[in-house]
Parts: sequence; C-alpha cells; structure tokens
Amino acid sequence: MAAFPTSGAPRASQRPQGRMAREEERAAYLFLLPWLIGIVLFLIGPIIASIVLSLTNWNIITEPSWVGIANYREMLFEDRKFWQSLRVTLYYTILSVPLYLTAGLAISLLLNLRLRGMYAFRTILYMPAVISGVAVAVLWLTLLNPDLGAINQFLRGIGIANPPRWLNSQTWAVPALVLVGLWGVGSGAIIYLAGLQNIPPQLYEAAEIDGASPWQRFVNVTLPMLTPTLFFSLITGLVGAFQVFDTAFIMGGSRGGTSGALNFYLLNLWNEGFRSGRLGYASALAWVLVILAAVVIMITFRTSDRWVYYETEPEKR
Amino acid sequence: MQGSTVSAKTITANTRATAIARAQRMAITGLAYAMLLGLSALIILPLGWMLTASLKPDRMPIFTVPPQWFPSEYWQWENFNRALIEPRRPFLQYMFNTLQIVLGNITGTVFSCSLVAFAFARLRFRGNEFLFNVLIITMLIPWQVLMIPQFLMFHKIGWYGTYLPLIVPSFTGNAFFIFLMRQYMRTFPRELDDAARIDGCGYWGIFWRIILPLSLPVLAVCVVFVFLGSWNDLLGPLIYLNSNSMFTVAIGLANMVTRANTDWNLLMAANLVTMLPALIIYFFAQDKLIGGIASVGLKG
Repeated sequence: MAAFPTSGAPRASQRPQGRMAREEERAAYLFLLPWLIGIVLFLIGPIIASIVLSLTNWNIITEPSWVGIANYREMLFEDRKFWQSLRVTLYYTILSVPLYLTAGLAISLLLNLRLRGMYAFRTILYMPAVISGVAVAVLWLTLLNPDLGAINQFLRGIGIANPPRWLNSQTWAVPALVLVGLWGVGSGAIIYLAGLQNIPPQLYEAAEIDGASPWQRFVNVTLPMLTPTLFFSLITGLVGAFQVFDTAFIMGGSRGGTSGALNFYLLNLWNEGFRSGRLGYASALAWVLVILAAVVIMITFRTSDRWVYYETEPEKR
Repeated sequence: MQGSTVSAKTITANTRATAIARAQRMAITGLAYAMLLGLSALIILPLGWMLTASLKPDRMPIFTVPPQWFPSEYWQWENFNRALIEPRRPFLQYMFNTLQIVLGNITGTVFSCSLVAFAFARLRFRGNEFLFNVLIITMLIPWQVLMIPQFLMFHKIGWYGTYLPLIVPSFTGNAFFIFLMRQYMRTFPRELDDAARIDGCGYWGIFWRIILPLSLPVLAVCVVFVFLGSWNDLLGPLIYLNSNSMFTVAIGLANMVTRANTDWNLLMAANLVTMLPALIIYFFAQDKLIGGIASVGLKG
C-alpha cells in the first residue's frame, strides 16, 4: 500500500505540548469516539468471535461444542459443494475481470474523444451502475430467456440456430452472469476516464513530434500512465468477483442454479449459515474466503511494481 | 512563371492532404458516434422493453418476436397500482420500509463519518497516523467474516427481525466515507481554524460552524452513495428480516421472481419502480457522483 499522507497539520512525530495541545487531543478522541466504539463492537469483537466460532459446531439451537479444525477438514476433504462454489467463483473471476477491464478501458477511450453530446453518452453509459443488482438481474432474467428472450432472438437472427440455453445450461450459466455484469461496465469506464483526463497533454505532443503513430501513443503514453488506475480497478474487480451474491441469488435461485452452476462462494456460505443453520461451519467458510482473497490480492500487489507505473514516488510526508 | 506553377502544385497538394485528413477525421468521428449510439442503445433498449412489458394487460405475453422495445399498443398504467398495493406483497409498504432503513443509514453515516473525518483532517493528536492506517486496513477486511458473528450478537440482544442491525452500525462510521470526507476536509487552509479559535470558537464550534458547512459537497456525494447502497442491499435484509410486513424492495423483488407463475407484467412494473428512485437521484447528482467516484479511483 502506498503510504497515505496524514493530516495537513504538523508531523505526527511532533508531540503536542502544553494545555492547549492536551485539550486538542482530548477533543480529537471525543470526535473519534463513534468510530472507536464501532471498531471494538462491530469489528474486533466479531473477528475474534468468528475465529472461535469456526472451530465449533454451533447452530444457535444446541450448545456449541469445540470441534477443533474439523470444519476445515470437512471443507477440504468431504464438502463437494465447497469445491463447486470455489470453482464457480474462480471461473467467473477469470472470465469477468479481464473482460471488464478491457471493455471499460475501450469505452473510456471512446468517451474521452472531444465530441458534441458526450455528456449525454456518459450519463447513459453510467446508468446501469446505479440500478440495484437485484433489479438488473430481474431484467436480464427475461432478456436471457432461452426460447423467447431478446438475446437469443438476436443470436438466431444472425444465423445461430441453437443459441446457448444460458441459465438453464450448466456450461452457459456463468458466462450469462458475466454478460449481465458487462452491461454495467460503464461504471469502470468512468474511473478510467478520470485517469485519461489526468494525463498531461505535453506527453502526447512530445510523442507526436517524435512521429509516434496513434497506436504507439496509446501503447507508450496512455497505457503506462493509466496503470495506477488499472491496478485500482483490478483490485476492486477481484474483490467484487469474490463477493457475487445478488445476481446469482436472483438468476439461479437461492440454491445456486441448474446443478449448482451458479453456486457462488458467498451464496454457498449463506446457505450453510442461514439456511442450514451451521454457523460454525459457515464461519470457517468465511475465513477460507478471506485467506483466498488476501492471497490473490497480495500476489497482485507483488506483481504491481513490475507493471504499475508511478510518475513520481508516492509522496511521503 | 515556373515558380508560380510550383507553388500552385504545392497548394493543390496541400489542399488534397488537408482534404484527406478532414475525411479521415470525419470517418473517425462517424465511427465513434456509431459506436456510442450502439452502446447507448444496449443500455436503453432493455429499459424500454421493461417499460413495454410492464404496461401490457395480463392476457398479452411479454415475450414477442421480435421484441417490442418501446410501448406502442398497450398503456395499462394501472399495472403499477396493482404491483404496488397487491396485499400479498405490499410493494408500497416495502418501499416505505426501505426508505426508513435508507434514512437511518444516511443520518448515521453523515453524523459519524463527518465527526471522525474532522478529527483525522484537522486535529493534532498522538496516534493520528497509526489510527489512520487502521482505518485503511479496515477498508480491506471483507465483511463476510463479520457477517455471522454480528448476526449472533444482534440475535442475542433481540434485534433480529428489526431494522436496528441494518441501521445502528452506520452510526459508528464507515471507513470508506471517512476517508473520502477526510481527503476533502484537508484541503481547507489552516488559518480558518485559527481565526475561529481567536474568535472564541471551541473545537465543536470549528467543526459545526466552519468545517461542516464547507464540506457540504462531499457530504452530498456520501449521501448519494449511502442511498444507493442501502436501497439496493439484498443480503443484509435477507439475513435480519423475517416478516413480510417489514421486507425491503430488494427482498420483495427476489420473492416475486422465485414464485412460480410470476405475473411478468407486474414484476416488470415493480422492477421499474425499484429502479426509479436511484435513477432520479442519479440524474440530479450525476456530476458530483461521477466526480466522487473518479477521485476515489485516482487517490486509492
């Protein structure tokens, strides 16, 4: 993580002294109080409880009993649903994250052109991002109807006689969800757009003087300058892909779709915890997800110094 | 004589070159507009189709070949009435319920986050840097780990089946919004605080009379984000609410979908109504909202 510059006030190392300073400090902690209470009550407490819970077989009704790592062992060696949910989630991640990055980037390049009416296009393309995941899923449920939905009518129209059966098919259910997400890709484009507009125009002028073609300018100026934004989107994209719930819940039902084709990790966790009431086991599932996410994000951070370009060192104050 | 022919030739060559360049530019512009219009159609047509479907009478199928993208024949607005006040799933009630949660969350978030952000941005105290790093780390903790122990805690104190678990945590701040507000509050000159102090303002006065009024733009961004987040939330209500009369719009929609023999026209009407508040807010706040999102992407 880049070091975040702290308060605009004097350096933190400079100890405040005197009555005024002590008063200021007391005031500061009073202002921080709601957050500090929250950290203890809703964060540290639950985290500790969750570790303990994951080592028990609690189901609210009966008394919890200590089972050690049995939950984790069951998960790894016996629970087919766990492995299925992991596969579904990873498959979705691998399909969706690169696709959304590329599509978002392409759209942002389009939105960055100086054309009349761009404001309206920007407004329209960002629109799906504010609509609730549930509502979008309901809408797409009808568009993806295998027999009469608009998507398959279109595919038949262009000569595909047997278009995919989407949510009814085990192969095509996850791609269908990827397609739904693609509808909201404009929200990513807005972030890239801000990145694009922050690239100093002198860089392009210099490249043009050196005779760089538009493609060379894109590869050698735009892309490197955009890597911090791409990195941010990659991280948030990965985190988002691990947390798919709403769309899967609506499109595949609470049980995870045709033969579990949409049994995403979080959906499986919810079913174990709140449907079957196995709260200890679900806590163990949650921890495995956290560890997996942490590993993936750490690897991404590790590789970042090889491809993320920072024009200046992150400021240290 | 000869000189003038040469220059004439150059001129024609030049005009030809500019003509080609202009044609090229026009072709690119045309292509760009074509793509933008195509993409916009992909967004708008499905929404239009939904409106068409929601206005159809019960006996008409909502699926047609080819799809009807915009309403033309049927204008049964009363479908919206029926979708909203159907006694088995009182959608109007769901909307009112959701609004309560949303308002609670907005109040809680603005109240707590502005206080905390003020301390981080404007006050000197030991541990500032450390606590701020804690704040950043909490942003990266996936809330799934917290979901079950929080549920047990709220269950134990008898808050299961009430809105309290969905509202109260917002009064203890949200790392993301604290971060956003703090970045904004840091930009004001320090002299403001000093001048206020000379005029006899306490720290509360500086916060309440000086910094908070100046921070209204960033507060607005946060309000919109909180609105969208809690209006659209499915998982939270799904975990904590257990009676039909307390359900939110997200649960209402989910239940309509999973029911056999869904009345598609009514479902689409309900769906449209669910989208509407978010869309209205978006159209009013889009500049700030998009600016806010973009700045997060850059500063993160």
